Amino acid sequence: MSKLLEVTGLTTRFRTERGAVMAVDDVSFDVDAGETLAIVGESGSGKSVTALSLMRLIPNPPGEITAGTVMFEGRDLLKLSDAEMQAVRGDRIAMIFQEPMTSLNPSLTVGLQVGEPVQLHRGATWKAALEKAGELLMRVRIPDAKARVDAYPHQFSGGMRQRAMIAMALACQPKLIIADEPTTALDVTVQSQILSLLKELTRETGAALILITHDLGVVARYADRVSVMYAGRVVETGTARDIYKRPQHPYTRGLMACVPRLDGALGSRLVPIEGQPPDLSRLPPGCAFAPRCVDVTDKCLLSRPVLEDVGGGHHKACFVPANAAAGVPAHA
Amino acid sequence: MSAAAEPLVVPRPRGPVTTFCIRLIREKPLGAIGAVIFLVFLFCGVFADILAPYGINQISPANRLKPPSVKYWLGTDHLGRDMLSRILYGAQLSVIIGFAAATLATIVSVVIGIVTGYLGGKVDLIVQRLVDAWMSFPELIILIVVVSVLGPGMIQVIFVLGLTFGIGGSRIIRGAVVSVREQMYVHSAQSMGASTPRILMQHILPNVLPPIIVLFTTRVGAVILVESGLSFLGFGVPPPAPTWGGMLSGTGRTYMYLAPWLALAPGLCLTMVVYGINVLGDAMRDLLDPRMRGSR
Repeated sequence: MSKLLEVTGLTTRFRTERGAVMAVDDVSFDVDAGETLAIVGESGSGKSVTALSLMRLIPNPPGEITAGTVMFEGRDLLKLSDAEMQAVRGDRIAMIFQEPMTSLNPSLTVGLQVGEPVQLHRGATWKAALEKAGELLMRVRIPDAKARVDAYPHQFSGGMRQRAMIAMALACQPKLIIADEPTTALDVTVQSQILSLLKELTRETGAALILITHDLGVVARYADRVSVMYAGRVVETGTARDIYKRPQHPYTRGLMACVPRLDGALGSRLVPIEGQPPDLSRLPPGCAFAPRCVDVTDKCLLSRPVLEDVGGGHHKACFVPANAAAGVPAHA
Repeated sequence: MSAAAEPLVVPRPRGPVTTFCIRLIREKPLGAIGAVIFLVFLFCGVFADILAPYGINQISPANRLKPPSVKYWLGTDHLGRDMLSRILYGAQLSVIIGFAAATLATIVSVVIGIVTGYLGGKVDLIVQRLVDAWMSFPELIILIVVVSVLGPGMIQVIFVLGLTFGIGGSRIIRGAVVSVREQMYVHSAQSMGASTPRILMQHILPNVLPPIIVLFTTRVGAVILVESGLSFLGFGVPPPAPTWGGMLSGTGRTYMYLAPWLALAPGLCLTMVVYGINVLGDAMRDLLDPRMRGSR
C-alpha cells in the first residue's frame, strides 16, 4: 500500500532583498495513514514553511515552491488547480496554528467558525453547521459545549481556543492534520492536555498527524517517527525510538544533549550547541551545520551530505560515521 | 477538565448597540450630545412633511420679511414663506443628500479598500496610484466642473459627492484591511479551504466595521457641509428647493441687514448639525478603536 503522503524534493524559495533564500531545500518525507510524524528543528529551520508549502499557502510573491512533488491520496497537490486545492484544504488536510489567541476571528461566534468547514465542504446550512459545531466542541471536551457555541472567542481561554481550533480541524474528518507548534503559546499543564487530546482524537478518526515542534519532550511522547530539520533541510529521519536511543547526526545529538533529563547523573551539565543558526541567504558550500559541528571534517566544508540509510529506515545526512564521532555521546 | 465541571454560565453579552450607547453616555458625554443633535436632525428631516406648519413654497405677500413671532416661529422671507417650514424641508433635503451620498461614498470606499487591501500586489499598486491622482485634485474644482457639465440637481450632487468622498476614503479602509489581512484567523480560514470572496465577507469585513461606521458618520457631516457650499455657489440643488446653503446665499445674504433671521436660521442649523455629527464621529472613533476592545 502506498503512503498517505509522500513529499519528494520539496523546495521553497523566498525572494528577499539579499537574494533568493531556500527556506525549504530538497525536503523529502512520508507519512502513513494514522501515523504521527514529528518535524523538529530550531526557529528558522524551515518547519513551518514546509507545512505551509504542503497546504500551498506560501504567499507568492515573495515565496514560491520551485521543485518537488507532494503526493497525497494518489494526487500531486502541487499540480492541482487553485479550486481543487481549496477543496482539499480543511476537508482532506486540516491545519492547526501555533497562536490560539489570534487564530479565531474575534467578531464571529466560536460555533460559526468551528462549523465553517462543514459549510464549506459539505454544503451544510447555518443551522446544521452550528449543530455540528456543538458536537465537535463536545468531542474536544469543552464543558457546556452546547451553550458555548454562541460564545465569542474573547470569552474563551487559550486552552479552550486551541480545543476549538482542534474541533475545527476535525470537522470534516480529514485524513491528515498538520499541527504547527500547537502548544507553544500555552501553559505547560494545558500543553499536555491538548497534545493528549489531539493524539487521542487522531487515533479515533484514523487521521495522520504531522506535529511540528521544537520540543523534544513532546516528540518522545507523541511521535511515531521524527524528521529533524536544519537550515531548510532534513538532516536525520527515523523512528522516534531510534532517534532517541541512537541519534546519528551531530546536530540531533547536540539537541539531545541540551535537554535536561530526569535519569541523567546528578550535577551533569547541559551542553549547548555553540554558535548561531546560519543565515539562509549565505549558506556555506558544504554541510550547513559544519561551522557549529564538533565532528567537522574537511569534506564537510566542501560538499553537502545527502540522506543515507544507516539501517532500519533510519536516515542521516552526514559524512562522519556515528561511531567515529568524537562529539557528544549519545544517551544509551 | 472533568465531566463534573460546574454548570458554566456563559455571560450573555448585552447587545453591542446597547453596550455602545451606555459607553457613549458614560465615557463621551460630548459625543452623546452630538448624537442627540444628530437624532433631532434626522427626526426633523424624516418627518418634515408632518412637522412643517406651512408649505415650502406657500407664499403670503402680506407677511413678507416678518420677524420671528408666535405665528411664524422663525419669521418669513421676502415672499412671505415660513422660514421654519423651509428649514425643516431643508433638513429633509440634507438628510437625503447626506445619507445617499455618504452611503455611496462608503460603498465605494469599502469595495476599493477591501479589494486592494486584501489582494495587494499589482492591483493595489495601480488602483492606489489612481486614488493618489484623484486626491491630488481639489475636490471643489472637480465638483464644480462635473455639475456645470451635467447641470445642477440632487442626483448629480449625490453622485459627485459620493464618488469623490468614496475614492478618498478608500485609503482608510485599505489601511484597516492590510492589518486584518495578516491576522492568524485569516490564514486559518485559508487553511480551512475558504474562498477569497468568503474570506472577504466573513473574516475581513466584520473586523473593519468600526472604521467603516466612523467613516460613514463623518461623511454625512462632510457631505452636508460641501453640499451647502455648492448650493451657496449656485452649483447645488437649484431653487426653489429649500436647501440650507441656498437659503444662506439667496435671501439670507440679500436681506442680511433688514432681516438677519433669514441668514441666522439656516446658518445655525448647519453649524449645529455638522458640529454634532463631527463630535459623534470622534466619540465613535475613540469607542470603536480596536485597541480599546475587550474592555466591554
